[in-house]
Amino acid sequence: MDPSALASCFASLSCVVTQTTSGLIIGALLFLVAAGLTLIFGVLGVVNFTHGSFYMLGAYFAYSAYVASGSFALAIAAGALGVAAFGLVFERVFMRRVYGSDVLMQLLVCYAFILILDDVVKMVWGPEFKSMGVPDAFRMPPVSVAGGVVPAFYLFLIGATAVIALALWVVLVKTRLGKVVRAAAINPQMTSALGVNTGAIYGAVFAVGSLLAGLAGALAAPVRSVAPGMGFSILIESFIVTVIGGMGSVSGALVGALLIGLVRSFGSIGFPLFVEGIMFLAMAVILVVKPSGLLGREAAR
Amino acid sequence: MSARGDAMSTPGASPRGRVRRAASSGRDLLVAAAGLAVLVVLPFVFSSPLLLDFMIRLAAFAIYATSLNILIGYGGMVSFGHGMFFGAGAYSFALLMQKTGVSIPVAIVGSVAYCAVLALVVGVICVRLKEIYFSFLTLAFQMLVHSVIISWVTLTGGDQGLTGGIPRPPFLGIDLGEPRPMYWFAATVAVLCLLAMRHLMQSPFGYTLRMVRDNAERAQFLGIQVARIRLAAFVIAGCFGGIGGMLMALFVSGAFPEFAYWTTSGEAVFMILMGGAARFLGPATGAVMLLLLSDLITRFTEFHGIVLGVTVLVFALVFRRGVTDFIAQALGRSRAA
Repeated sequence: MDPSALASCFASLSCVVTQTTSGLIIGALLFLVAAGLTLIFGVLGVVNFTHGSFYMLGAYFAYSAYVASGSFALAIAAGALGVAAFGLVFERVFMRRVYGSDVLMQLLVCYAFILILDDVVKMVWGPEFKSMGVPDAFRMPPVSVAGGVVPAFYLFLIGATAVIALALWVVLVKTRLGKVVRAAAINPQMTSALGVNTGAIYGAVFAVGSLLAGLAGALAAPVRSVAPGMGFSILIESFIVTVIGGMGSVSGALVGALLIGLVRSFGSIGFPLFVEGIMFLAMAVILVVKPSGLLGREAAR
Repeated sequence: MSARGDAMSTPGASPRGRVRRAASSGRDLLVAAAGLAVLVVLPFVFSSPLLLDFMIRLAAFAIYATSLNILIGYGGMVSFGHGMFFGAGAYSFALLMQKTGVSIPVAIVGSVAYCAVLALVVGVICVRLKEIYFSFLTLAFQMLVHSVIISWVTLTGGDQGLTGGIPRPPFLGIDLGEPRPMYWFAATVAVLCLLAMRHLMQSPFGYTLRMVRDNAERAQFLGIQVARIRLAAFVIAGCFGGIGGMLMALFVSGAFPEFAYWTTSGEAVFMILMGGAARFLGPATGAVMLLLLSDLITRFTEFHGIVLGVTVLVFALVFRRGVTDFIAQALGRSRAA
């Protein structure tokens, strides 16, 4: 616990800039994972406990594609689309069977897949840490912002996430497809009676949610070490994000993710041992005071 | 689970019910006494130390899985964070023994009290939540406990675990440093804990809990304080889960972060599915099966997760029921717990 370190950081603009960017990076990756989680929950009503493993798969797919082709664009496509395809199969073959039954079965199917995917990754890529390194296109001198230095790749990551957040919002709120998806979330029977293939909607939403997780993994691969089991901690943090922002609310996930990202980066200076505690405390307070979350529509109780 | 009972009446409310309840609790006592007798004699028949070690681990996991079934099977609350109590019990017991030098029974009482407080704090936040929120919040709190264990290195030894051994001072003439007394102690604790949980689940409290599971709204209208019943179940389950962890800590003479990791919770949930949530002894049966399976897998492959995961999928998607459900069906009984 060192509040003076935090105070001296706030006194220097360069430190504030550095910490804010690193907070935004954490927040951006967290948002992508949490947005998929919350989207799937909002429409299908299930919590995808394997979401963290999807993030891990995205990172590994991207790593392999990058090693094979040397193109970062291909790596991102491989991570995002590969995981989307996997998510679609996972939903249509396994998850679909347990929608009607209780939470216990959903939990067990996810538990099984977390175990299996962790081992498959170990089998295929080995148990050791992989590091992809920042792609050549971003190997340039860091950009100087208000006295602080920001690596170019960080700016790309933040920008890409902002574009995706905007695109999600436009699709969900402004298009006919978005309307159908929201209708299926609120009343699937009625939507189905109006001639919408809700099964296809469910599969598509699950695939998009998985795509976001895979994309987050692919974007994280250059800046994080890629290892089996890397998905679990981001899963827990995206739970916290979705609870704070409101389950089923994509804009809530954005607010929650940025909040957690900034708490993490500034907290690591001022109170490194209490960062986790503060995240959980924030979640507990939200649950007691406003169980539906900051921007959620559905009550948790 | 599929075989949820519709037993809404509370035995003990009517004179006839009271008689039936007395008879059934007498039968439970007999079963427990017979089970304990068999377990006590076991080392005289088979003297393999491997068997005794297996049985001690089984004792710990049978208590632990059965305690989780108080929540899942009887309470309809699918906790995915029960490992936090297994870990909390193990660490608090180990630390009490290492740092304070109290006797084993005192450390057990202190450690149960610690688990009760932890369960109370987590429970107050979680029990009011909807099913799925409950699942992932219990998981999240478990990971908080896990990260506290990992980061508080000076107290817990961090990711190396709490090593240095747990002293086993003899008490009441029992020396747990010897393998056989350790086994007898574990077996006795397991039988007593299972009996106590059985008794609680057959009590009016147990039937109120089933009623809350089946129809919380109706229970509310009948004047039952639903949240309070759930919280009580959560605390009871936490205490017994902690006792499972204590036995494990005593056995391995240490405590390790994996005890509080999510895989430990997952194992308990899977034991319940494998054995069957609808019968009291289902989870203990599942514990036997999963421990055997785990030992078997480790012998043949290093990819433990794949084999275990596929087994989980088969049980969850194909069988959809536990072994005790099949046995009961074969015996032609459809009575639910």
